[in-house]
Amino acid sequence: MPFFLYVGVVLLLPIGVLAVEAFRSTDPTTFEESWSTDSIAAIPDGPYGRAYLGSLQLSAIAAVLGAALGLALAVAVLGARRGRLLRRLVLTASGVLANFGGVPLAFTFIATIGSNGVVTVLLTDLGLGLGGFSLYSMTGLALVYLYFLIPLMVLTITPALEALRPQWREASDNLGASGWQYWRHVGGPILLPPVLGATMLLFASSFAAYATAKALVGSSLPLVTLQIADALSSNVVVGSESIGKALALGMIVVVGLVMAFYAWVQRRTQRWLA
Amino acid sequence: MTALAEGVAGAGGVAPPTPVRARRRRGGAWRLAVLVVIGLYFLVPFAAPVWFTVRDRGAGTFTGRYYAEIPGAPGFAEAFGRSLLLGVLTVVLVLALMVPTVVLVELRLPRLRTAVELLTLAPLVVPPIALVVGVRSVLAWAPDHFYGTPVGDAMFALQEPALPWILVLVYVVLALPFVYRALDAGVRNAGLATLTEAARNLGASWPRVLLTVVLPVLRTSVLNASFLTLALVLGEYTVAAILGFQTFPTWIVQVGGSKPQLSVAVSVLSLLVTWALLLLISALDRRRRTEESS
Repeated sequence: MPFFLYVGVVLLLPIGVLAVEAFRSTDPTTFEESWSTDSIAAIPDGPYGRAYLGSLQLSAIAAVLGAALGLALAVAVLGARRGRLLRRLVLTASGVLANFGGVPLAFTFIATIGSNGVVTVLLTDLGLGLGGFSLYSMTGLALVYLYFLIPLMVLTITPALEALRPQWREASDNLGASGWQYWRHVGGPILLPPVLGATMLLFASSFAAYATAKALVGSSLPLVTLQIADALSSNVVVGSESIGKALALGMIVVVGLVMAFYAWVQRRTQRWLA
Repeated sequence: MTALAEGVAGAGGVAPPTPVRARRRRGGAWRLAVLVVIGLYFLVPFAAPVWFTVRDRGAGTFTGRYYAEIPGAPGFAEAFGRSLLLGVLTVVLVLALMVPTVVLVELRLPRLRTAVELLTLAPLVVPPIALVVGVRSVLAWAPDHFYGTPVGDAMFALQEPALPWILVLVYVVLALPFVYRALDAGVRNAGLATLTEAARNLGASWPRVLLTVVLPVLRTSVLNASFLTLALVLGEYTVAAILGFQTFPTWIVQVGGSKPQLSVAVSVLSLLVTWALLLLISALDRRRRTEESS
């Protein structure tokens, strides 16, 4: 089938080459290539280690915040009185916004709370200022990422919330349970796997984000994606190309692990929320 | 909605036919707070850029000149045209690849379903930047190993800056998860086996079946997949930037340094276009659902 040929050549071949060449290195003086783990071993050191740490931290914080806010929004919308219109609005908007990362997102935020942004100017005129907040920092980046993470969370968690049977709530009400007890003993445990899974998805998505970060901060923050781009574009340091490959391979491993966990959680979810 | 219906049906004849809707509890306050805070968070970065681009801060008046500047901005027409062309080519290629695959898997080779599914989802696991590093390594073979051979020439031809086919090839892979999901949903609901058998019995050839039976049945899914792919290509930055090609998003970033208002204005416009595409998809989805339920 042409499909397998195509995927083999354009997807699997590059990944295979990447996985092999991450273990090759070029001697800086003789330009001879040899097998080595130098590039892989360089990952935990200095700037590369910092980049991984930065990316992991940013993704973890953004994912947890996005999951919490997205869940709150989904619960609020699904439970709202006369909520059909609101619900359709939020779900449609989520479908649109979840796919909206990248360059335009960065620029809308620059125009909003960048150094010359509308909200920045407004707050400064009011004498308030941004209180030390900068868009061009990790916190700023997390704030921007939430713009596509929250809708992504709403989209992934809504089916699970809809599958919570009203009878469970009624049963626990009839048995005299409070709202808190229902969530603590019934709703919470059932929702935990899908919420964890969705958080993983959010993590992977912000870990892989490059365009938004690049358009927003150039390469001034320690992030893996930015480091990879730098390593590739640098013609000065011999062997930086190989570092780039090692970093990229590391990313695939991290995201692969996260997604494997996601798949496992998904299977567990099926038990209650099929 | 469906879960609710199942729940009621599952209760069987024992359940009283009325309630379903749970008693409303307190908690309207936190719900309102959540909606307001998150609503503000989503609306402000949408409204502010518009203000940013129509307000002339020096004169204190409103102006449309940043939008009027767009068509004539150096490089805009070229970059946008290229992105649009790449988008159309990607749509054509991904459909030519995936429609027969999905149909074949559904009708003749169901045992390959898991393999196809896994492979189409793989691009979600591989970050685009990692994929493009691999693609670069493969392309680097052209001067190193294949110089002067037909393979090498073909690889150079793929990297023509005016129309970089290599981007089309990579974008097809990036679009696979969305396209597969859209087409698969359409195929599963269509009762394709019966339709194609009927067509075959009436003497239609396979290509004819694909064109005159399968495609019309799948038109919503195909449109859906096409719009998603187009939106993806028009917004794609990572692959184009790393491989060093000039497309619409890379042009925006390049302009952003010197003309912030212009780049924000272009961003606003490109958002509106993307949103229009995606809203069209959800409208199509809703129509399909009502068609099915009626």
